[in-house]
Amino acid sequence: MTVTAPGEAATAAAAARPGAIQGRGPWRLAWERLRRDPVATAAAATLVLIVAAAVAAPEVAHAVGHGPNDQYPDVGLTPAGLPVGPSRSFLLGTDNLGRDLLVRILYGARISLLVGVVATLLATVAGVVVGLAAGYLGGLVDLVLARFMDMVLSFPYLLLAIALVSVFGASLTISMLVIAFFSWAAIGRVVRGQTLSIREKEYVEASWSVGSGSLRVMFVEILPNLLAPVLVLATLLVPTAIVFEATLSFLGLGVAPPTPTWGGMLSESLAFYQVAWWFPLFPGLALLATTLAFNLLGDSVRDALDPTAGRSTGGGGR
Amino acid sequence: MARPAGRPREVLLRLDQVVKHFPVGRGVLSGRDADAVHAVDGVSLEVYRGETLGLVGETGCGKSTLARCATRLHTLTGGRVIFDGHDISTLSRRQLRPYRRQLQMVFQDPYGSLNPHRRVGSIIGDPLAVHGVAAGAGRRRRVQELMELVGLNPEHYNRYPAEFSGGQRQRVGVVRALALRPKLIVCDEPVSALDVSIRAQILNLLADLQNELDLTYLFISHDLSVVRQVSDRVAVMYLGKLAEVAPVGELYRRPRHPYVAALLSAVPVPDPDLADRRERIILAGDVPSPVHPPAGCRFHPRCPKARPVCVEVAPPLVARGGDGADHPTACHFPVEPGDDLAHAHAAIDQPDQLAAGGDLPRVAGSNR
Repeated sequence: MTVTAPGEAATAAAAARPGAIQGRGPWRLAWERLRRDPVATAAAATLVLIVAAAVAAPEVAHAVGHGPNDQYPDVGLTPAGLPVGPSRSFLLGTDNLGRDLLVRILYGARISLLVGVVATLLATVAGVVVGLAAGYLGGLVDLVLARFMDMVLSFPYLLLAIALVSVFGASLTISMLVIAFFSWAAIGRVVRGQTLSIREKEYVEASWSVGSGSLRVMFVEILPNLLAPVLVLATLLVPTAIVFEATLSFLGLGVAPPTPTWGGMLSESLAFYQVAWWFPLFPGLALLATTLAFNLLGDSVRDALDPTAGRSTGGGGR
Repeated sequence: MARPAGRPREVLLRLDQVVKHFPVGRGVLSGRDADAVHAVDGVSLEVYRGETLGLVGETGCGKSTLARCATRLHTLTGGRVIFDGHDISTLSRRQLRPYRRQLQMVFQDPYGSLNPHRRVGSIIGDPLAVHGVAAGAGRRRRVQELMELVGLNPEHYNRYPAEFSGGQRQRVGVVRALALRPKLIVCDEPVSALDVSIRAQILNLLADLQNELDLTYLFISHDLSVVRQVSDRVAVMYLGKLAEVAPVGELYRRPRHPYVAALLSAVPVPDPDLADRRERIILAGDVPSPVHPPAGCRFHPRCPKARPVCVEVAPPLVARGGDGADHPTACHFPVEPGDDLAHAHAAIDQPDQLAAGGDLPRVAGSNR
């Protein structure tokens, strides 16, 4: 544990509130490690930029004077009807219908982030609840829930997604639900395993011996110890969900056109990539930057939360 | 922690033929228990109000399991636990809650027994919160008083366990057990994980608290010197059963069970001359597996005094020879004054003996 200068923090806290020394908990220490990690800082900065761009999409559209679904057959297409490349009026070029790629990419970021975050939240809540219940309750409950998670994980998810979308129709809500449904089991399985091991810790026994009930043991003793792995998994789940959404849109199963999505734009660019390199490149780059930033941030969060298991420190595993 | 003698002794905790088996190798399809670890196999023991009962034994003899049976952290396989006149052996966790206020436990590992994600103030306040004794500012004040009682800085209320030393953490464990002013505290090896220099502090703390708060301890340890220092009476466990129970002075002066005699002969003594003159009793072989414990007396495969009856009949724990009722021994042939166990030979075949040279003081029966 770090022992650097507990004095100043302690004296400051004690001055503010006599008789209180503020401890530095595991979260605080992880946060301080994360702040000093250049990769994490860069990834976080990238994500802030992407979120800001998504938020500012209408302003950008207003500034350049092109709506996301506005078609410009005169200036946005060549006389042969092909997309035009990057220029002063269309900074990232146009697509096959003469729409501004830049504006569409920014609007697409909104869909991607929305789906990525909401689907991940849904999956995380479901995974934690089911995994905690299975690991804690054990017995028949565990048997049923664990097998169910195995089953979900073994589904050919794309086929099933196609089936579900064709039954319920393509929409943003269905996309998020489908993605969450195929993602929660991965979290649930990890949570179940962690719960099984934490349940045997002496501090859980100590909690029993004090007279705690099951709910108290689950939520006061076990849950805080689960948050670290769950946070890492959730951070890494966001890019997966974003790619999943892009895949669905690419296949025409996601959000219905003309709403701009990165996957949908990539799909539309398929027929034109030989004549319009910018058409697949820029949506692809946006997708890559977003997922890469999330993945790197997830890795850094994991290293910060468990410095003993990190690759950089090495050796000090337990 | 000696108590004045002659005061009427009231039983606070009575263990009656307590049995705890852990199933191993459970069949997946059959669902039947193939085998079981016989961790505790019929232990009867009484703890009197105000005393410290030491429970010693080797690693794996079942002493920690017995502690968890006594505090009902384990469900019993058989037998009864009677605390303060109430049979608590079959109560559910919910039904046990009122008894938890009076029956507490201090755990062995000062690192594992404190949740790393919680502040010590909230850990110590747990018992108060669970039993609705105090809340809010009142709880905080109580916790800080308690911290002061065990020599912790109350200003460290908001710190995390990782910010404390091993000794301080064990104080947190002690004060958590104390928070509800229990009658009995089961201490499961409370000092074995601590540095020798810290041990005395914690032992003295426990002794002071006992005097101040009129506590009863069931003190579990594998360290004979520690047990001698803190206990009024001592119970020795071997492979899930009690070998001998006696007042502390009597046990260390005149052990009756051959196992206890061998254990005591192995205690390190600080005087090198004395250590040279003393003859150690070296037992042959290892402790047998608790999955298939030996028939009859569990000690017979290693006992220098073993005879055929030891293989057949498990000796009951009763007073032997001229011993007082407070000194029962589970042995058919207890050690008599003048016995030379270091050179005794069992009258049965013992499987684990080594074909060692005759000049070594091994406890060896036959001459293979």
